[in-house]
Amino acid sequence: MKVLVCMSVVPDTTTKITFTNNDTTFNAQGVQFIMNPYDELALTKALDIAEPAGGTVTILHVGLADAEPAIRKALSMGATDAVRINANPTDSQFVAEQIAAFAKDKGYDFILTGRESIDYNGGAVCGLLGAMLNIPSINVITQLTVSGGTATVERDIDGGRETVSCSLPFVASAQKDLCEPRIPNMRGIMAARTKPLQVVEPVSGSTHVSYAKFALPQPKQGVRMISADNPEELLHLLRNEAKVI
Amino acid sequence: MSVIVFAETRDQQYKKSTLEAVSYGKEVAQKTGGKVIAVSMGGASDPAILGNYGADEIITLHGAEFATFSPEVYAAGFAAVCKAHGGKTIVISNTYSGKSLAGRVAVLLNAALATNVVDYPDTAAGFRVKRGVFSGKAFAFMDMNSETKVIAITPNSVEIKTYGSNAAVSAQQPADLPSSATRIENTQTVSGKVPLTEAEVVVSAGRGMKGPENWHMVEELATALGAATACSKPVSDMHWRPHSEHVGQTGITIKPNLYIAIGISGAIQHLAGVSSSKVIVVINKDPEAPFFKAADYGIVGDAFDVLPKLIQAAKATAAS
Repeated sequence: MKVLVCMSVVPDTTTKITFTNNDTTFNAQGVQFIMNPYDELALTKALDIAEPAGGTVTILHVGLADAEPAIRKALSMGATDAVRINANPTDSQFVAEQIAAFAKDKGYDFILTGRESIDYNGGAVCGLLGAMLNIPSINVITQLTVSGGTATVERDIDGGRETVSCSLPFVASAQKDLCEPRIPNMRGIMAARTKPLQVVEPVSGSTHVSYAKFALPQPKQGVRMISADNPEELLHLLRNEAKVI
Repeated sequence: MSVIVFAETRDQQYKKSTLEAVSYGKEVAQKTGGKVIAVSMGGASDPAILGNYGADEIITLHGAEFATFSPEVYAAGFAAVCKAHGGKTIVISNTYSGKSLAGRVAVLLNAALATNVVDYPDTAAGFRVKRGVFSGKAFAFMDMNSETKVIAITPNSVEIKTYGSNAAVSAQQPADLPSSATRIENTQTVSGKVPLTEAEVVVSAGRGMKGPENWHMVEELATALGAATACSKPVSDMHWRPHSEHVGQTGITIKPNLYIAIGISGAIQHLAGVSSSKVIVVINKDPEAPFFKAADYGIVGDAFDVLPKLIQAAKATAAS
């Protein structure tokens, strides 16, 4: 069994987001970067399936060399080997094109991604890869089992959940509930140091989109306090002042 | 050229987010020219109503292939209509189903893709969309440079507009669909409940509720206000509530008109998921809770004192 897991590297969840260069660039000063949390779930699930079957799990990242500590973390969690496609990950479509070009002839049984990266929140790579590789794509999965050339998955749908069966190969995106992320142990960390990390040069990609500038949400005007003894007043204000109920 | 809208249904009915998408399409067409075509797949009880929300023409696609939702089959059928009718701006709701289609449709049409879009495009010079990024902590303005554009518009981002007009409905049978490699075995939906991402009012609670056995109060308030329920990350991590209710940076991002947070202190990760709400009410016994800084209205008090009174008042208001 051969599995590919795609990972992105994102600012830690506690990061206060700011921008520089006249609001055109994310300010990475002092920001700690981590493996995208949903991608940790994708990798853990891939390992849980591939390891008992004696399979391999390759972790793939599209990004520059500064992502290598996060890639090593993925290796220490148990990935067999790693590939870094040496390009600035400008947008979902560019990233998906790079992954598709790499994965095309490799015969992966399935590919997992995170549900979305918590920086640009595109949630698009899974569907893009499915169409580019002409295989089924299943978004936001919360369960996955693979046996005898068929996968059974549970996926979140709007207002519910659905069980879907699918033939291999396919691509799916990991949602919370899929599993608990694996924590690297000391043996894994030692082993990760010598595992192969292959650097691949990018193929020429599309430039369908480009980021022009960023903005922060408007701060609130200040909170209006209401006495705990008088919740009727809250409802009155919500109805007549804010007009939201 | 035309604007083509994917008209998503639930139980054969158009969702509120679908009407928003159609109105969004109309607004774009008024800027870029061309007509608005809504495409309805898999059956809907009354396609003609989409005319009232801005569609100039409605195409329904029929066939056994569309009986259940399959991203590859739906994307192929929808993209074929987009091509046949000169679709240049394609509008899809940024729901779970919509997002699983959007990427595939963009590839099939060689289009630029923008998901998580929260406002009308700026077409003054080119085509610039506003997207939610960093899980609600910021916005990005992104230029879509290709002739064809696929936009996934986040629910509750734009108003539904009515035009009081009718539109012609035509049924079509698409050819050359791929056969689906996926099969739906079982679907469980929570009926009679508003999906969290589409709810206009959300009642959410955190560890201050002390345990899952106390959630009946949260549910009761939500019912009285016609709201959906949500929770903080610790609550879903402790399995007091299902993960699908977890709002925040690693949960879902929502933007209701009203968000009521009970017993949630307001960590930066939680604020990220809810800060786009129009009005935020915070109820917390700790006057120093950081959430008050992000709130419009606040009550300092214990949830177990305030909630029963609030429920009673809300029921009285609902009844009046």
